[in-house]
Amino acid sequence: MSELIVTLLRVGYLVVLWLLVLSAVSVLRRDIFGTRVIARGSVLTGSRRSGPDGGANQRGARTSRGAPTSIRVTAGPLRGTTLKLGQSSVLIGRAPSATLVLDDDYASNRHARIFPEDGQWFVEDLESRNGTYLGAHRVNGPTPVTIGTPIRIGQTVIELHR
Amino acid sequence: MATVAPSRVRTGRGVEIGLLLLALTLGIGAYALVGLATGDALPPGFGGYAATLAGIAVGLHLILRWRAPYADPLILPIVMALNGIGLAMIHRIDLRLDARGLTAGFGDRQELWTIIGAACAAVVLILLRDHRTLRRYTYTAMVIGLVLLVLPMLPGLGVNINGAQVWVRVGPFSVQPAEFAKIALAVFFAGYLVTHRDVLTLAGPKILGLQLPRLRDFGPIVLAWAVSILVLVRQTDLGSSLLFFGLFVAMLYVATERWSWILIGLLMFAAGAVLAANIFGHVGARVDVWLNALDPEIYNRDPGGSGQVVRGLFGMASGGLFGTGWGEGYPDLVPYANSDFIMASLGEELGLTGVMAILMLYLILIERGIRTGIGLRDGFGKLLASGLSFVIALQCFVVVGGVTRLIPLTGLTMPFLASGGSSLVANWIVVGLLLRMSDAARRPAGEGGGGVISTETALEVVPDEEAPAADDLDDTGVIPTDDQHTEVVERP
Repeated sequence: MSELIVTLLRVGYLVVLWLLVLSAVSVLRRDIFGTRVIARGSVLTGSRRSGPDGGANQRGARTSRGAPTSIRVTAGPLRGTTLKLGQSSVLIGRAPSATLVLDDDYASNRHARIFPEDGQWFVEDLESRNGTYLGAHRVNGPTPVTIGTPIRIGQTVIELHR
Repeated sequence: MATVAPSRVRTGRGVEIGLLLLALTLGIGAYALVGLATGDALPPGFGGYAATLAGIAVGLHLILRWRAPYADPLILPIVMALNGIGLAMIHRIDLRLDARGLTAGFGDRQELWTIIGAACAAVVLILLRDHRTLRRYTYTAMVIGLVLLVLPMLPGLGVNINGAQVWVRVGPFSVQPAEFAKIALAVFFAGYLVTHRDVLTLAGPKILGLQLPRLRDFGPIVLAWAVSILVLVRQTDLGSSLLFFGLFVAMLYVATERWSWILIGLLMFAAGAVLAANIFGHVGARVDVWLNALDPEIYNRDPGGSGQVVRGLFGMASGGLFGTGWGEGYPDLVPYANSDFIMASLGEELGLTGVMAILMLYLILIERGIRTGIGLRDGFGKLLASGLSFVIALQCFVVVGGVTRLIPLTGLTMPFLASGGSSLVANWIVVGLLLRMSDAARRPAGEGGGGVISTETALEVVPDEEAPAADDLDDTGVIPTDDQHTEVVERP
């Protein structure tokens, strides 16, 4: 083989190697900028921010127009966390297996759950020790939740958002 | 705990195909270039080699689509690229060893181990539907890990190769159980720490701004330290003891967010290392080699001379910025060029540019693992993902640091690159676990498998055969609208 081809192959291999690295980095870049990393205690700007999301619109088309699409934690140690709502229920508690794992001494392992039924979202207390409050009232049995009503679990307050 | 809200969920399987193509080009291209450089023709068995790598890539990609559709798209391509580059380099060194009339055949064996390793990763992905299942086996994992560590010390089972008692002979193969022990111990540490982290974090006196843990909470870290020192003494394996101790300290730090643990861990390791360097001849010799590698007296010393390290340095120097090219260098002049010193071999043939790219690949792989930890919603998974990623990171640091004379040389293997079956299979299992966890981390809440099953209830009430709720989901094709277990289970 001629010297030129050998050199070209040698350099070409390094180029392909860096091509893999750079395309991996570009996927990373999208991963960093495509998500909102929300620190504890950050100020939320309200429900309009979830508007431009493709996923939210897709899910919104399936359910009715005013249905909530996410849960937001508005107070407590996990303040700022959001969780997309799907079709199944969300378990909230201290157990590591819960959908939303609370780091809160006033919450029970399996404290409450939020679940959809007939296009409406309900909150149910799972016999927690300190109870679940919807607005100012303690929750007994499944209770329908409207968007923006605070649900208090221990030190944590969560709300449904559109 | 920082949390992340994904704005739009991509499965990433499409991106993965593109990256896999690049990775296969690298692995297969390297093999072809070696043949072209040494024999002016494609090497014999090229078709089989290419088909093997492509088959593994396609098979694992399809399994991911089937079992873990939201798994991270970067992990598999990066691992395929590293494994392919490693295979090509091992094969390339085989050719030189053959020409010099030495024992070769590492390449074929490594190819077989690659297939076994990828099959293990596939089995993990298929059988393990939810990584939280592993938490049930916390203490089982501890026992398995400790037994694996002790196995090579048993008379009749253990084999002493090159002065280190770390192998066990199983039929025609020798296996390094420590490689598998690291996975078992990572599972144990994750399960243990997720239960005890509150005590470790909050209790204890505060001295000089350092939150010190209580004395009785010190127990486990002292135990881990003692076991790692025991391994060091009995098996003369400095690398593994560093790995286990580092793993535990790192996971303690992740669990408690207290940097006093890192300080304590570093001090304890420093004390152990200084003690070992003074008591054990071979450790002392390694330190000598590190500090005065170019001293003629130490270079010519046998055993325990610095010849290997220095030749590795010369090899990398002759590679320069862009390397000699595949098949054009003399990497076999370094002892263990295909295992401990594979980074020096790659440095010679790919140059600094190539080595930097390979290190970048490791960096991205580790970043994906830690990102998986951040994305997961359960403490056990967070700890396991960060622990397993840290193991890979520490191995890279120790090996590359040793080869480049940044730290004393220790006997660890470069994950996925170095010749050695146990390490390769164990690391593929780690990849299987990371892929499984990244699927759980990136899957949107409520799309099956995400947070509908409680470990406690699964342990006490639900029979094992029907434990994971995700199974029900796939069989019926219907998304469950409710959290079944909540209604079935009575709280004790």
